[in-house]
Amino acid sequence: MTDPIIQRSGEGHDALADAAATVHGTPYAHPDAPQREQAALGEPVFKLRGVSVAYAGTPAVRDVDLDVHAHHITALIGPSGCGKSTVLRCLNRMNDLVADATVAGEVLYHGQDVYAPNVDPVEVRKLVGMVFQKPNPFPKSIYENIAFGPRVLGMKGSMDEIVERALRRAALWDEVKDRLKQSAYGMSGGQQQRLCIARALATDPDVILMDEPCSALDPISTARIEDLLLELRKSYAIVIVTHNMQQAARVSDRTAFFTVELDEGERHRTGRIVEFDATEKIFQNPADPRTEAYVTGKVG
Amino acid sequence: MSTTQIAPTSQRERLLGGLFRASLFVSLAIVILTLVWLIVSILIEGWPRLNQDVLFHFPSSNPEIAGAQSAIMGTIWVVGLTALITIPLGVGAALYLEEYADRDRWWNRLIELNIQNLAAVPSIVYGILGLAFFVRGFLGLGQTVLAAALTLSLLVLPIVIISSREAIRAVPDSIRQGALALGATQWQTIWRQVLPASIPGMATGSILALSRAIGEAAPLVLLGGLTFITFNPEGLDSAFTVLPIQIFNWISRPQEEFHVLAAAAIIVLLVLLVAMNAAAILLRNKYQRKW
Repeated sequence: MTDPIIQRSGEGHDALADAAATVHGTPYAHPDAPQREQAALGEPVFKLRGVSVAYAGTPAVRDVDLDVHAHHITALIGPSGCGKSTVLRCLNRMNDLVADATVAGEVLYHGQDVYAPNVDPVEVRKLVGMVFQKPNPFPKSIYENIAFGPRVLGMKGSMDEIVERALRRAALWDEVKDRLKQSAYGMSGGQQQRLCIARALATDPDVILMDEPCSALDPISTARIEDLLLELRKSYAIVIVTHNMQQAARVSDRTAFFTVELDEGERHRTGRIVEFDATEKIFQNPADPRTEAYVTGKVG
Repeated sequence: MSTTQIAPTSQRERLLGGLFRASLFVSLAIVILTLVWLIVSILIEGWPRLNQDVLFHFPSSNPEIAGAQSAIMGTIWVVGLTALITIPLGVGAALYLEEYADRDRWWNRLIELNIQNLAAVPSIVYGILGLAFFVRGFLGLGQTVLAAALTLSLLVLPIVIISSREAIRAVPDSIRQGALALGATQWQTIWRQVLPASIPGMATGSILALSRAIGEAAPLVLLGGLTFITFNPEGLDSAFTVLPIQIFNWISRPQEEFHVLAAAAIIVLLVLLVAMNAAAILLRNKYQRKW
């Protein structure tokens, strides 16, 4: 068996992907794919090396190597239980909220280990925003939902401007500008999710994590969020966990495919990363047969 | 060979079903009728005497001019003070147990178990405790408003804690996670999101707990609230009486006129209780939230 972790192929990968697209046709290719300019892969924002997470001693995911780059959307895909959400929650230390969760390995944010003993998880979360699977607006007005983050962070400047800027960046301003004082619970599910994205943007994070952000939404709301993601990609590093492979293919630049393995005793199911590469490569010319089986819908 | 006809319900089954239903209805009727009979008989007895004298006159040995002014003010003082003591303590304890306590630690489980049990302790036991610790004992407050409020606080604190915990538990974890993910500290998350979201539930539970305190006579009788008081409380160290004790006092007198007066005071107490319960229900309905 080949090394499960395929290192990125450097400057050659676009050419490879293009070649693959010609050979295989483009079943999943992004509509903008030919025009889309890949930002240069500089120093990664997040660099994961040998990351393993266990819950109460039971390993959930093992030996993950992953790079997250600025101005890129990194998608984590794979079957249920493969640990992709667990890995996502390492990046902003949300796993700390689960009792008995232990993280081994290195999660480096601009070279700094976020799990170092002197790092306060609260400080990590100020830089790494998160959007959850189910929209979770606070039971307050639209305005107060956005203002909460900037307030607790003690951000300076006019709150009205901060709120407007966040809502504009989430392409929600025109829909809600006349009802900012109304409860967020009166919004549709798709609007609520974009409000949650706006809420995450309001604190000026560096990275945005999204845990299946569209799984509770209808296709039209999903399309809007995907458009929004492509827009936000210009300013942020985005990591998205998704069950929807077309979504990963449509929006992401790089894709990590996870799978579930049984350990030797066949007692535990542990997530492993199989392949991490440019999205075009993963979907059109995967190096690992398991990736191919999954993305073509043969398993999973 | 099975038949293709649907068999009619047997006579016996139908009879049993009907009997069961009827016996349930009778149980309900007995409860309701007893309550209605109690209220109606009190209303009939007390109505002629229910005038502003009851509210504004002080107790007197002459039943014609006697009123429950000092008892009403005493109740307001004692229950108001009980609320001031219980609500911060109860909400604080509930927040600690729900948001901070590690349930794997034996002492936290012990505290939880104790609170459940304390809610079921008879009120007279709290009266003895109050007498020993607050009235005499090392606090030595004497038979005062403060001693009474402290005793009633002990009595209703478990109820306030339990209902506040339920209100806190009703706030979904997604709200906490949403706040924490924005870089809020645990304290900011609790103070700005969890607490405001659970206030309606806490208020409802607290009002119901206080309405229990209003009706309590037993522990306060033991504390020495059973006296002929012809003045309103003026501070925490005032002597006092409360409505249930005043009612108890009037009923135990031989003259019939005092019994009528007691019925009128019961109506006042009932109106107070119904008003508090109505407030609790209104609060709950107005702010009830589906997550």
